Order: sequence, then structure tokens, then C-alpha cells
Amino acid sequence: MASKSKDDILAAVRRQRVPETPLPSLDGPWIAYPDRAAQFAAMLEFVGGCCVRVEGVEQLNAQLAELPVWNDAKKTVSLVEGVGRSTFDLAAVADPHELEDVDFAILPGQFGVAENGAVWIDDRNLRHRVLPFIVQHLALVVRAGELIDTMHAAYERLRFDGPGFGVFISGPSKTADIEQSLVIGAHGPRSLTVFLMV
Amino acid sequence: MPSVGLFIPCYVDQFYPRVGLATVELLERFGCQVEFPEAQTCCGQPMANTGCADLVAPIARRFVEIFAPYDYVVCPSGSCVSMVRNHYGEYFDHDPTFERLRPRVMELCEFLTEVLGIERVEGRFPHRVGLHQSCHGLRELRLASSSEIVGPAHNRTRRLLESLEGIELSELKRPDECCGFGGTFAVAEEAVSCMMGLDRIADHEQAGTEVLTGNDMSCLMHLEGLLRRQHKPIRVMHVAEILQSAMLAGAAT
Amino acid sequence: MTTHASHTTDHAPQAALFVADDKRAHWHDGALWFVRAKRDRAAQALPEWERLRETASQIKLHTLSRLAEYLEQFEASAHRLGATVHWARDAAEHNEIVLSILQRHGARRLVKSKSMLTEECHLNPFLERHGISVVDTDLGERIVQLAGEPPSHIVLPAIHRTKEDVGRIFHEHLHTEEGASDPKYLAEAARQHLREKFLEADAALTGVNFAVAETGGFVVCTNEGNADLGVSLPKLHIASMGIEKLVPCAEHLGVFLRLLARSATGQPITTYSSHFHGPVSGGELHIVLVDNGRTPIMGSDEFRRSLSCIRCGACMNTCPVYRRSGGHSYSATVPGPIGSILSPARDARAHGSLPFACSLCGSCTDVCPVKIDLHHQLLAWRHEIAARGLLPISKKLPMRLASIVLGHRWLYELSGRIGRWIMPKLPRWMIYNRFNAWGRQRELPEPPRESFRERYRRRNGSAHGK
Repeated sequence: MASKSKDDILAAVRRQRVPETPLPSLDGPWIAYPDRAAQFAAMLEFVGGCCVRVEGVEQLNAQLAELPVWNDAKKTVSLVEGVGRSTFDLAAVADPHELEDVDFAILPGQFGVAENGAVWIDDRNLRHRVLPFIVQHLALVVRAGELIDTMHAAYERLRFDGPGFGVFISGPSKTADIEQSLVIGAHGPRSLTVFLMV
Repeated sequence: MPSVGLFIPCYVDQFYPRVGLATVELLERFGCQVEFPEAQTCCGQPMANTGCADLVAPIARRFVEIFAPYDYVVCPSGSCVSMVRNHYGEYFDHDPTFERLRPRVMELCEFLTEVLGIERVEGRFPHRVGLHQSCHGLRELRLASSSEIVGPAHNRTRRLLESLEGIELSELKRPDECCGFGGTFAVAEEAVSCMMGLDRIADHEQAGTEVLTGNDMSCLMHLEGLLRRQHKPIRVMHVAEILQSAMLAGAAT
Repeated sequence: MTTHASHTTDHAPQAALFVADDKRAHWHDGALWFVRAKRDRAAQALPEWERLRETASQIKLHTLSRLAEYLEQFEASAHRLGATVHWARDAAEHNEIVLSILQRHGARRLVKSKSMLTEECHLNPFLERHGISVVDTDLGERIVQLAGEPPSHIVLPAIHRTKEDVGRIFHEHLHTEEGASDPKYLAEAARQHLREKFLEADAALTGVNFAVAETGGFVVCTNEGNADLGVSLPKLHIASMGIEKLVPCAEHLGVFLRLLARSATGQPITTYSSHFHGPVSGGELHIVLVDNGRTPIMGSDEFRRSLSCIRCGACMNTCPVYRRSGGHSYSATVPGPIGSILSPARDARAHGSLPFACSLCGSCTDVCPVKIDLHHQLLAWRHEIAARGLLPISKKLPMRLASIVLGHRWLYELSGRIGRWIMPKLPRWMIYNRFNAWGRQRELPEPPRESFRERYRRRNGSAHGK
């Protein structure tokens, strides 16, 4: 039955006369920001996040200690070496439902996009895909050298040659579904801090 | 100087002769040889916009026959010009007479600025004027840049108006929102149409508009109808009337 | 307020009901204009905006021109990643496929993130009839689900509801405090309520914003994170997508992700743009490819471009009619300008009034991130409806009469003269009555004694022009 439907749909598609249209070039020039870090920080703030520039792990930990949500967090996990602390062993968690009460997670971001304040993370070392979404507060650590201008540059870097999950995260979870008034913390993290490491 | 066939929309002919006369006088003042071919009636837009393409075809053929002899066809309405230029194609199938005529059918301010190259109009109009940007002139003829498009801003009609001595143009909160006329839409969707019109009027009121103008008398007829019912003090004039009376006033001083 | 229960699918009377509540209609208009203004600021910030729109449009048209190849490529790539691809000719088949997957897993509780396709297929009532509980997890969708009504906007499903409305709905269903209407408080209540639903779900269903033929993956965009929370707790993920959602390569995603959120809400990108390539480890991913009336549109030169739609909702936010009549006045899954093109393609008789619910202002065409010529398609639909003989007599007859008058100069001049002569002589009640829709709120122009042509003749001293 399924393959009959496939044949029917493909036959119907092939029956339609659609004029040939060439694929357009994606070569630039696209917008380039003179100060990517400043643009990234401004966009992140615009989408409700917070960008903290730090020089090295030591300063990062000092800044972290200034965050009330970090200080109030009981159950935490960090996947960035030397940053913050983990109160449990993520590797020992078999069922993602057990992550429901995690207050704070610190995860590595691979790169940031200046035009929209987004950070790319993938599930290669997350163990559970749900981690960045289920926690109450999220911090991402990105190297300042890993900032790019636009999404075009982002896809030049990304390779999707096997199974996996990856996500651009731009700011904390939010909704404006009640009278267009912005509420931060819809289903996912109530705050997002990006530590930009110089 | 080019010969100009004057294309006067049917409702202007019947209800707003002063707009037609202002157009003639304005064009003559700029040295054009103007002729009004009396065989014309209507461009057929009401039928086309209702979907009745079969009723439009004979009207369109008549139109092209009547206006083909002129160098230019000028009309004080962006909407009627757009009907001919952008929507007559389907009735002609690349007919050479039509294709020759098509780009020469022009809205008044478009003709003044593009063909005659007029940058400024010597005249005086000491009033606060609100420009209603009619949609078809805006988005079908691109007489001005629309607020949705990203790029350099331009506005032919506004430029001409701004060149008048003593004029002040009011600044709207929504510079190019539709007034809700929309041809038969004004009647078929009466409630929404009137709400749209009243909202435009409210915007002009907050902006301090004394004289409401535009390139299309149809939109202005709708807005004027609302204004008169509500006894509001805003006056309505077609842009041709403003330019013409400003030139007269300028010449008198 | 809810119009799906009313008897007519005609837009005008339902719009008039919405407009009659002037305060609410203006509030609705203002809320959506605010979104349009945010979109303008976001677009203006990119000097390459118009090039992006053109590029996006070309990518979509190219993909359609080779859709069969790309669909097969997508299936093969998705299969390599461990996903199962299903093909559904219509809504019924789509719903059957989803049900059978759920039943095979013994799944009883489904969490769903926003998918206009499942709205189009009326999946929820179908699954509920088969004993499966469906929870829409997008806050706006949950609000309308609890209220028992369809979404009124494709991106802002509950935009027609005030915070007081939401307070009442939540008080009834989620036991929030009576009279509470603070959005923050209400959103928090929904967060707690939906978290339980996420944790107890057996399966999750999402829509698809873009699917990539080359990689076999797809992208889902949300701001709330509901799609991600939904699919990463249970082991079963079903993704439903229309066949027009494909793009050839991953690099094309860059173009669309730059346009989508900026056009939709004025954000530079949605909070989450999730890229799914294959199932979660130890789980299953099923992708359902749905035609449901799309292929005939592909073949139409006039309407093909409507398939480029990326469901950003910008045409609704900018539409002066939509903003003042509300989404429910369209009696269709997708309302507003794009809905008024897609709906008559499904059922021209039922949705025949929608292409006329438009002043042809063209703002939708200029705002559309993929350059769909929306207002020209609406006009083309009017021609189509007339050609199929579906034009109501109230529209057809006046046009037939007018065309006779306008077709003969003498008749045109004579009727004009009679009309202008008689109008000032008639008592007001004969002109302004219930048969004159123009005159309900507007004065008619004051008829001049002479027409333009009469005055022109006099001025130029000749009896006849050329």
C-alpha cells in the first residue's frame, strides 16, 4: 500500500509541467560586521539572552559565580572542562526523563552567528538530546574566534553526513502567544547565558 | 512636445469633472498637446476585478483602438493605468499595437516626472497636506517605494508636492496602508472597507492633515464619503487639483 | 467570536461581525500591525533583504521543477539515516499512517508541536476518535485546543484571544486563579501543565519547516522549545510534511532561516532551529510525505508559486483585511492572503468568497519572503471562480449591466446624464437605504451638473472630440 501511494504521488508530480528554473548562486557578498562579538552580543540581548565576554576559564568561573541562577541551582551539569561543576554523573543517566529536575547546564557551543545571536550545538557529546531543552537555565561556552557573520557561513561549516541532531539556539525559550506580550521561559530554559571566551 | 491622449476614468468623468479639467490645464501648462478622445468610456477594471474576464476583452480592445494614435496616454489615476499596463496582456497575446501602447500609458505624476522630467512645480499651496498613497500606483506602478521593500526610498508625487511653496506634508503612522476602497470590495465587504477608511482618516487627523490628496480619485471618493458623513473638516483634493491651483496661485503673486 | 460554528463560509458577514466589536477589532489590528512593524525593522537591518527574497523564490521554483527527483533522493537519504519514510496521497491516508504507527507502538498519549499540515488533515479529532489523547504543546495552539476552536493565525494561533480570554480558559481547564490575566502567570501555568504532558507522552509529532533532499534531514523551528522537549523524551517521533517543504541542499537552509523568523515575528531567527537527521538513539523516526492536493497546483502557471509558502504569516500580519476581520472569518485552515489562495484550490465552492475578501492592495506580495505574487493570484482566482460559473448573481449581474453600458458610448453618456440629473432630486431615503451598502457609512459623491466631457466640449468649443 505504501509503495503504491509513493508511485501515485511521484507519477502525479511527474505529470505536472513545471518550467525549468536554475538554482541561484549563494555566493556573497552578504552582510559582514566590523565587530562580530559586539554584533553577536547585541543580537543575543535582543532575543532575551545574555552575553558575557571572558578571558579564560578562571574568569569564566568568576563570572558564573556572580549569576544568581547558578548560585541557586541545586542540580547542575557541566560538559565544559574546568567550568562550573556537575552534581551528578550524566553518563550514568539512562532515561532522559531523569533530567527533568536539572536546574543548570553548561554546554559547549561550536560556533556563534553574529547576525542573529545563535549558537550551534550538536548531540555528539550531550548523551541526551533533551538536555539543552529540559533544564531550567542554560549556559553555552563559545570561543570568540568561532564567531561568524551569517547563516551562509554557518552552513559552509556544517556537515550532515550521518545520523545526529544539532540545533541553533538563539536566546532563552520564549512565547508571545498571549496578547503578543513576551514571556521568557516557555517550555525550555528560563535564561540563556553565552560565555564568549577570548 | 508630445501629443497626449487624455484618459479620464469613468467615475472622474461623471463625478469629478474638476479633476479632469485640472489635469488638462496642468498638462497644457507644461506644453503638451492634449486631446480627449470622446469615444472612451472605462478601462474595464471593475469587471476584471470581479473575475469577469469575458466582459473585459471587448472593452480592452476598444481602449487600445481609441488610444493607439497618441504618443502618450495620461490618466489622473494609478489604478486605471495599472489595469491597462499590467492586466491587459491576457486580452492581446503580444499584439504589436498593444505592446507599443502599453508602456506609454502613464499616471499623471509619473508622466510629469519621467517623461517631462519635471523636478519642481512653480506654485504656492500654503496648507498642511496629507498624501494618501493609493495601492495600485504604489505597488503596481511603483510611483513610490512601498514600506515593505528594503531599499532606497523614493516618491514621485511627494517630490512634486514638496516643491510647492508654503506646503507642509503631514507624517502618517502608517504611510502606505490601504484605505479600503478596492472597487467592488467597498460594497461587498462594506464593514471592513469602512473600518479601513476610518482608520486612514484617524491617522491623517493625528498628523494634522488639512487637505487630503492622492493620485486616485476612487480612494479619495471613499475617504471623502466617510469624511462628509462624519462632518469632519478635512478637505479632499486630487493631486492634479493641488498642482494646478498652486500654479495659478504662484502665477498670481 | 468563534465563527467555525456559524452557518456560512462567506467571508463578508463574518468579517462584519468581527468589525462590529470595534474595540476588539482595533485591538486585533494593532496587535498584528505591531508584528508587521517588528518585521520591517528586522528586514531593514539586512541590506541584502531583496536579494534573499529573490534567492529563496528561485530555490523553491527550482525544487518544484525537479520535485520527483528530490523526493526520491530525500527518501533514500532519510532511509540511510535510519528513518522510515511514508507516502500519503491525501489527508485520510496521512491520518491512517499516523494512527497505525502509534498503534504499533501501543502509544496512547501524543504530544504535538505546531503543524499546519495536521490541522489541514484534521488529525486531532481522528486520533481522539481512536482513543489517543493529543496535546498541542505550542502555547497558542494549546489555548485554542482548550477553547475548542481552530487556530486563527498560522504563527500566532491565539492572536484573536485577549489575555482575559486566556485567563478564563485556563481557569476552567488548568485551575488558575479566577480573574488572573497576567501573561507571565498564565504562561507559567501552561509550562507546568505541559511539562507533565511532555513527561508522560508515549510519542511526539512535529511538523517540518524545511527538509533537505541531499542529507535526508529536516528542520523544525520553534521559540518555545516544545518540539524539542516533545521529541527527545519518548522514543517515537513522527514528522508530517507536505511534499513542497523540500530544499535541495543544506546550504539552502541558510537563506530560509534568515528570512523565516524575520518575516514572521521580527526575530533574527527562531529561538530553536533544530536539525533532525535520523532517530534518537534506540528510537524510531517516521516521516510522512503528504500530497493532499498539492500536485495539481504544481502544474498551474498561475498558482504554482503558492507552493513556495514557508508559513511565516507575514501576509496575514500585513493584510489590512485580515487584521480587521480575524482569522476565523475565513473559515479555513490557513486564513489570510495565502489561505485565500490555497483554500479555493481545495474547494472553490465552499471558499469562493475568499479571493474577494481583499482590496487588492498588494502589501502581501511585497512582504512575502519568497515573493509569492499573492494579490495577482487572488485576482486570478476571481477569474477562475467566474469561469467555473461560481460567481454569485449579486456580483455577476451588476457587472454584466455595467459592461453593456460601458460598451456603448451613447448609453454610457445617457445613463450618466440621467443619473446626475435625478440624484439631487430624490429624497434622501430613496438613496440611502438598506439596499445601498456604499451609503451605510459613506456619502455618495455630489453629482455635478455637467460631466467632464461636457465641460471639456464646452471649453474647447467643439461638439465632438476625436
